[in-house]
Amino acid sequence: MPMSDTHAHSVAFVRTEEVPTAPPPSNAAGPAKWVKDNLFATPLNGLLTLVALYFIYAILSSALPWIMGGIWQAPSLAACREILDGASAACFAVLSERWNQLLFGFQYPDDQYWRPGLAFILLFVAAAPVLFFDLPRKLLAFTAIYPFIAYYLLWGGTVFVPILAFVGIVGGFLVYQRLVAGSFAAGFFGGIIAAFVIWTIGGWLIPDNASANAALPAVPSRYMGGFMLNMMLGVTCVSLSVPIGIALALGRQSSMPLIKWICVVFIEFIRGVPLITLLFVANVMLAYFFPPGSGVDLFLRVVIMITMFSAAYIAEVIRGGLAALPKGQYEAADSLGLDYPQAMRLIILPQALKISIPGIVNVAVGLFKDTTLVSVISMFDMVGMIRGPILASTEWNGVYWELFGFAALLFFIVCYGISQYSQWLERRLATDHR
Amino acid sequence: MKKSVLLGALTVAGLAAGAAAAGTLDDVKARGKLNCGVTTGLVGFAAPDANGEWKGFDVAVCRAVAAAVLNDPTAVEFVPTTGKTRFTALASGEIDMLARNTTWTFSRDVDLKFTFVGVNYYDGQGFMVPKALGVTSAKELDGATVCIQTGTTTELNLADFFRANNISYEPVPIETNAEGQQQYLAGACDTYTTDASGLAATRATFENPGDHVLLPEIISKEPLGPLVRHGDDEWGDVVRWTLNALITAEELGVTSTNINEMAANTTNPEVARLLGTEGTLGEMLGLDAEWSKRAIAAEGNYGEVFAKNIGEETPIGLARGLNAQWTNGGLIYSPPFR
Repeated sequence: MPMSDTHAHSVAFVRTEEVPTAPPPSNAAGPAKWVKDNLFATPLNGLLTLVALYFIYAILSSALPWIMGGIWQAPSLAACREILDGASAACFAVLSERWNQLLFGFQYPDDQYWRPGLAFILLFVAAAPVLFFDLPRKLLAFTAIYPFIAYYLLWGGTVFVPILAFVGIVGGFLVYQRLVAGSFAAGFFGGIIAAFVIWTIGGWLIPDNASANAALPAVPSRYMGGFMLNMMLGVTCVSLSVPIGIALALGRQSSMPLIKWICVVFIEFIRGVPLITLLFVANVMLAYFFPPGSGVDLFLRVVIMITMFSAAYIAEVIRGGLAALPKGQYEAADSLGLDYPQAMRLIILPQALKISIPGIVNVAVGLFKDTTLVSVISMFDMVGMIRGPILASTEWNGVYWELFGFAALLFFIVCYGISQYSQWLERRLATDHR
Repeated sequence: MKKSVLLGALTVAGLAAGAAAAGTLDDVKARGKLNCGVTTGLVGFAAPDANGEWKGFDVAVCRAVAAAVLNDPTAVEFVPTTGKTRFTALASGEIDMLARNTTWTFSRDVDLKFTFVGVNYYDGQGFMVPKALGVTSAKELDGATVCIQTGTTTELNLADFFRANNISYEPVPIETNAEGQQQYLAGACDTYTTDASGLAATRATFENPGDHVLLPEIISKEPLGPLVRHGDDEWGDVVRWTLNALITAEELGVTSTNINEMAANTTNPEVARLLGTEGTLGEMLGLDAEWSKRAIAAEGNYGEVFAKNIGEETPIGLARGLNAQWTNGGLIYSPPFR
């Protein structure tokens, strides 16, 4: 007897076709499962979720109407309140009336706003090949000339100044290349001397009144302000302090005692002094050392101080990266017969810098936010504009949330962008076995 | 011999430096711009407007000086200073004069080596309370919580006042005026104390200014005025008499609108001397005859400047009070032009 017959008789029902697949129970998959697992896993978790939801609701239910009902067109805070007629809502009119002052400061000529705007857009073009190394390397040529273009756009005046600066640096580099084969020191100092010679001679050649009828009217740096000033300080100081920080970190590890001690003293001194103190020195003390009227530009003094400050921190971050490399890497470089610059450039620094990226980004983000400290030495950066001129105007005295919220939003966008980039970079560089 | 030559050279250099430092008036004329230190922003006293143009009660003094010296009220480079940087900016020569609601005190005049050329606003510390509190005098504030900026003279004045009247208070320390405003409105303190002009300006920004009153007591003296460096009396005289010209113009009824008519037709010899149609006052100052005429025409006389920037018609709404002319019972009083 065939098996199947036996079977057919011994049980009442046999399914001959496959059961159609049913969807899983609603509490075992999909959003319901996610909610159960993540929000209501235990009674305590459920309670915390409910409390959190209540707080979110409480905040949004008062903040959203305040934002949505905001007034965008009014000549003053009093007029805003008249329109609102007792209702509680934001008075964003201060932003629509003073946006230009918040972004560019109150003294930058308003028919010239396109200049910082263009410099800002070109910044991305210049930064792209540095930040994303899949891009063609030829773009780096634009990065090299960008500082001079940006200087010309922002400050205006005679076009000869940025050209002369560029020629001086090119001349110095050529001399460096010629001499570096002999010795690094000769090339380094020869290059610097050559650049200074070119600048001095060129300085005599440029006539004193060259800026008078320039294509782009000259804008003195005390006229710069607003978020533009924060961006200028942040970008300049970060890009200057990374190479200086690398040099300081290498110098601190040097076997030559003089260089080593200079670097140690510099780093420890700068790190031991608050940034605000250095800014006061830049603003107040240095004014005594220069004769009246011939003082070095305040913007330049502040750039020097902030750069020194962040270079010291970046040096310590990079030193951490250097220390993290196994001793074998140094020995491997030596055994290949590489000299010091080659070993550093080809073997040590690429690995050490990769380890240091999170730390460097951390310093950069902190530095960018620290640029708002210049408001205490009466420079009108974004916070300085808000605390000084805008809150002191009879029209807008008493508007706080809208202005500081706007400042926070701009800073958040930039800092979050930097942070996202660094995370992408770390994933991209994650080639080792860690 | 060599040593004496060296010393001689040093002396000459020192004298030359002294002479160069002494000639602020010539420096300003040569530069074509007056460097005037102002605050980074104080409602009604100095703040840039939406077009980036400086406006205010202190700014008007700068403009008047520029008009008198340089024949152009707009030839001013406004150098914003904070409470911390203002004195070094003046001492180092970065600015020619400081017009930044600065209180004239003994130590600033004598120890910091500045010359206050006069007083353009008599301020004093006052109290603001909500009307609902039902207080009509600061002496009724026994046991009150007081919002007070830390590290200022107002803090010391407050302690003195309560001790002198044998009443107690609870201080609520705050950092800035903006914070004080918020704390007071949030009810963190019963009363807010700072300079009376600041209280009035603060109250003007409230949603319901009528719900708050300023108490009548003024518990300190805060004479605010422009100042210059010690040691250059010629320049100090220029700033002093420009301020006095604005004050005298109000006293004599000379305004920015009738000034040309007054200059042409006046029979009052003091008006004639003030406006330079008689006498040589301008020449004595090292300026031309029409210096004061330009100074007054720039922003108006003292009363016009007051009314335009902080007076009762403005949102700040300060009454003249102590700052009325002496003929009206105030303290504003200029020495005679003669």
